[in-house]
Amino acid sequence: MKLLEMHHVKKSFDGNAVLKQISLSVEEGEVVSIIGPSGSGKSTLLRCATLLETMDDGDLYYLGEAAAKSEAGRAVYAPSESIKKIERQFGLVFQNFNLFPHYSVLKNIMDAPLHVQKRDKAEVKEEAMRLLHKMGLSDRANAYPCQLSGGQQQRVSIARALAMKPKILFFDEPTSALDPELTGEILKVITDLAKENMTMVIVTHEMYFAKDVSDRMIFMDQGVIVEETTPDALFASENERTRAFLGKYHLGGD
Amino acid sequence: MSFEVMMRQLSGGMFTTIQIFVLTLLFSLPLGLLIAFGRMSKHAMLRGAAKIYISIMRGTPLMLQLLVVYFGPYYIFGIGITSSYRAYAVIIAFAVNYAAYFAEIYRGGIESMPAGQYEAAKVLGYTKVQTFFRIIFPQVIKRILPSVTNEVITLVKDTSLAFSIAYVEMFTTAKAIAASQKSMVPLMAAGIFYYVFNFVVAALMEVWEKKLSYYR
Repeated sequence: MKLLEMHHVKKSFDGNAVLKQISLSVEEGEVVSIIGPSGSGKSTLLRCATLLETMDDGDLYYLGEAAAKSEAGRAVYAPSESIKKIERQFGLVFQNFNLFPHYSVLKNIMDAPLHVQKRDKAEVKEEAMRLLHKMGLSDRANAYPCQLSGGQQQRVSIARALAMKPKILFFDEPTSALDPELTGEILKVITDLAKENMTMVIVTHEMYFAKDVSDRMIFMDQGVIVEETTPDALFASENERTRAFLGKYHLGGD
Repeated sequence: MSFEVMMRQLSGGMFTTIQIFVLTLLFSLPLGLLIAFGRMSKHAMLRGAAKIYISIMRGTPLMLQLLVVYFGPYYIFGIGITSSYRAYAVIIAFAVNYAAYFAEIYRGGIESMPAGQYEAAKVLGYTKVQTFFRIIFPQVIKRILPSVTNEVITLVKDTSLAFSIAYVEMFTTAKAIAASQKSMVPLMAAGIFYYVFNFVVAALMEVWEKKLSYYR
């Protein structure tokens, strides 16, 4: 079943076309990585998918339900009640975590399930502690974000997103704000989630990681999808732009 | 007049000063937030109105505003001024004046919040009201506390302007006693009172700031 479908997405900022007719669909249980140079539009695509940005034109469906449909050359968004329902389907992990600094780790994770989803407090707490345990942060439940390392903060933000029980989880360059030695711990968490068949779309610059974790990889450049294929096929690509981009990362040894 | 009698009279004024101070904050802090919302509104009319309001309140003397609020009803509408209106006039004038300053402080604090906080809240499904009161405003308070402390301290001293419409608070009393007794003592006592009042206010605000320093 298709969890996410985006068709012919167009988006420009001040007349500058950032996304030109992009289509993307994600099956349940699939892990899709999006790679490409900065300014290629991959983050904008993710922001359109998560409704942080409105598309100029295109369709956006979650589980067959329309968040937006293209009508007469522009995207028409569904009424806010439908959007609210659709927003529950996905979670997003930001590049710079965006934890709530005034809340403890535990409260960061519990607050939205309690006050947005109105779930039972005991159940939410149990879930939060389970997630913290999974992230290796059981002992930091009462710490504040400023007391944690970047890697720990990012693990909390992943736990916060997972606590909402999303069907699909988006990652927007989840390791770009981290020191290289902290990057590994986040990649491991994402790899573990992939093993549990979590549906994920990951925008990343970590090529080796993307290759290992993804079922499918998308290479974007200048607002278009240049290639969309399996990791192995992408790394064996004959396409010049793909090769030039991947070549910068010295893949396959030099 | 004995020192004791003098102090007893002054303490009555002190109570009035504290009353002006508390009531002004009680009304101007929420009113300021509303004006800040107007100032940041999507609607140009509302934004313009808030801008003009702030401009006038900050651009004219508070003493003049006090006189306008107190005498305005009579001069403009011919409504007789009762003596009980004097207390209301003081609170109205102070509250609307301070609300303008607080509005700009709130605005500065709200606009300094990183967009990521709003985005994280949106993705987690918080409503706009929840986002503001659960996520944004608590952090804004921490950011604006030093500026608010400044305003609050100024307010303590500004309460003395109530004497311009002959409202009997601390300063008016001290001035009257000083004139009748030909003595500096009441003025000195008033000065000490304002100083101690502000010392306490500053100390309390510092405690509050420290309490919020558990996060960055």
